[in-house]
Amino acid sequence: MSHITTLLPPLPAPPAAAKPLSGARIAGMLFMALWILLFGGIALMMYFGWDWDKFAKYGPRYISGLQVTLGLVAASIVAGAVLSFPLAFARMSTNRVLSGIAYVYVYLFRGTPLLAQVFLIYYGLGSFRPQLEAVGLWSFFRDAWNCAFFSFALNTAAYQAEILRGAIESVPRGQREAAASLGINTRISFWKIIMPQALIVALRPYGNEIILMVKASAIVAIVTVYDLMGETKYAFSRTFDYQTYLWAAIFYLVIVEILRNLWNVLEARLTRHLKR
Amino acid sequence: MSDMVSAILNVIDPFCGPVGVFTLFAGKGILSCGDTGWGDKLASGVYVTASLALLTLPFGLLLGFLVALGKRSDDAYARLAANIYTTIFRGLPELLTLFIVYYGLQILIEKGLTAAGMNERFEINAFFAGMIALSVVFSAYCSEVLLSAFQAIPRGQYEAGAALGIRPAKTMVLVIIPQLVRIALPGLGNLWMSLLKDTALVSVIGLSDILRETGVAAKSTKEPFLFFGIACLLFLLLAIISSFFFSRIEIWARRSEAAR
Repeated sequence: MSHITTLLPPLPAPPAAAKPLSGARIAGMLFMALWILLFGGIALMMYFGWDWDKFAKYGPRYISGLQVTLGLVAASIVAGAVLSFPLAFARMSTNRVLSGIAYVYVYLFRGTPLLAQVFLIYYGLGSFRPQLEAVGLWSFFRDAWNCAFFSFALNTAAYQAEILRGAIESVPRGQREAAASLGINTRISFWKIIMPQALIVALRPYGNEIILMVKASAIVAIVTVYDLMGETKYAFSRTFDYQTYLWAAIFYLVIVEILRNLWNVLEARLTRHLKR
Repeated sequence: MSDMVSAILNVIDPFCGPVGVFTLFAGKGILSCGDTGWGDKLASGVYVTASLALLTLPFGLLLGFLVALGKRSDDAYARLAANIYTTIFRGLPELLTLFIVYYGLQILIEKGLTAAGMNERFEINAFFAGMIALSVVFSAYCSEVLLSAFQAIPRGQYEAGAALGIRPAKTMVLVIIPQLVRIALPGLGNLWMSLLKDTALVSVIGLSDILRETGVAAKSTKEPFLFFGIACLLFLLLAIISSFFFSRIEIWARRSEAAR
């Protein structure tokens, strides 16, 4: 009877098979090389074109532009959220007239470019100057920032109303019925049972909407608001230095990436009870 | 021959033809066609906007498809390169991308001309710059839509293709892409709508699209509310027409599912 008397000594893992040089690999290396060249070129351009005078002159303007951008986006997102509640309820209402009006509002604001809406309010309301003066609103609409804020709030209200409606309708009917059968009144069941579940569904679309607003806010530079983009255009018109646009690009990319990562963390935190 | 074509086009012209909206409803006012009104200018703006969006679409789709292929490639470098592309162009405001492309190309070409010994000012075509910037932005979003559509197609489809002895490239064209189109169509429809709206930005670098033509008209007639309102309605018209076509295309794409 034979049996094993010695065990094989532990052997190192076999060497990994060399990857064949496929087309995808060559293309991948080529495009990576292109990116490295591009970024290297930009970095060199910034290094050799660096000018302390310009930095001292336009650096603080960029920071104030950044503050204007963030302030405008925050204000219009909040105002839009407030407006979106009645809109979403009107859209879900069984009253045909009410839901029709809300539908037309949402369709109008989502179907036309934001730039056209800003122009319509900033330049167009000038046609109604006597009427606006009569009700005392002219001093509000004379300012470009206020006009931008007003049109952004109306625009994002339309998008947020759709997000909210989709989220509320995604909560199963059984939840509402269960609450009703337990004798919980409608108001409490809406705020304590429906909304918490709906807002988790709405979290991701809300994040996307904020990012879209940050990006869309660049167009206010066209109606003479000195936001980040406006300051960039100002600096470019004074210096004709291409770097000005690259700095704005860096600022916007950093804002968007921060928001995106913040939202990932927020979502992971808020949905931790749903993980299986 | 070309006279006949243009005569036919004149008759069916929806804005300024004999049965066009501006001819029928504007009368002799500031919206009429011809020397006294702005109708023909607005109509030409609509054609510029529509042709810019339509010409951007194929390039954007092709570029987006290639980027999506890069993202699902086995090679780490290809994935990284594709991800850098989408991170950058989805993170930048469209207006900034437009300026970077417009001035960047101009500077590049001028430097090239100087290096070649020619010393002249060069003005890049606004339509061309707009097309490049919009295709780049469109392709960045499009690659994400196509990537999630790719993930919805089971592996078995590729394996079945291989088992039948069809080469990978042919499997892609004959087996995968027809299913991909069907899955990605709603997402692509949304992207088309935002592309249509983004074309408005090109008015900023001087292309005579809807918004620029209405802006010029608003300035010289001092009727800004009327003209910018019309601009919104014209964009809405384009959106309604495209959603009509999209619902047709979706029915066409789902024609094989109908019998089940």
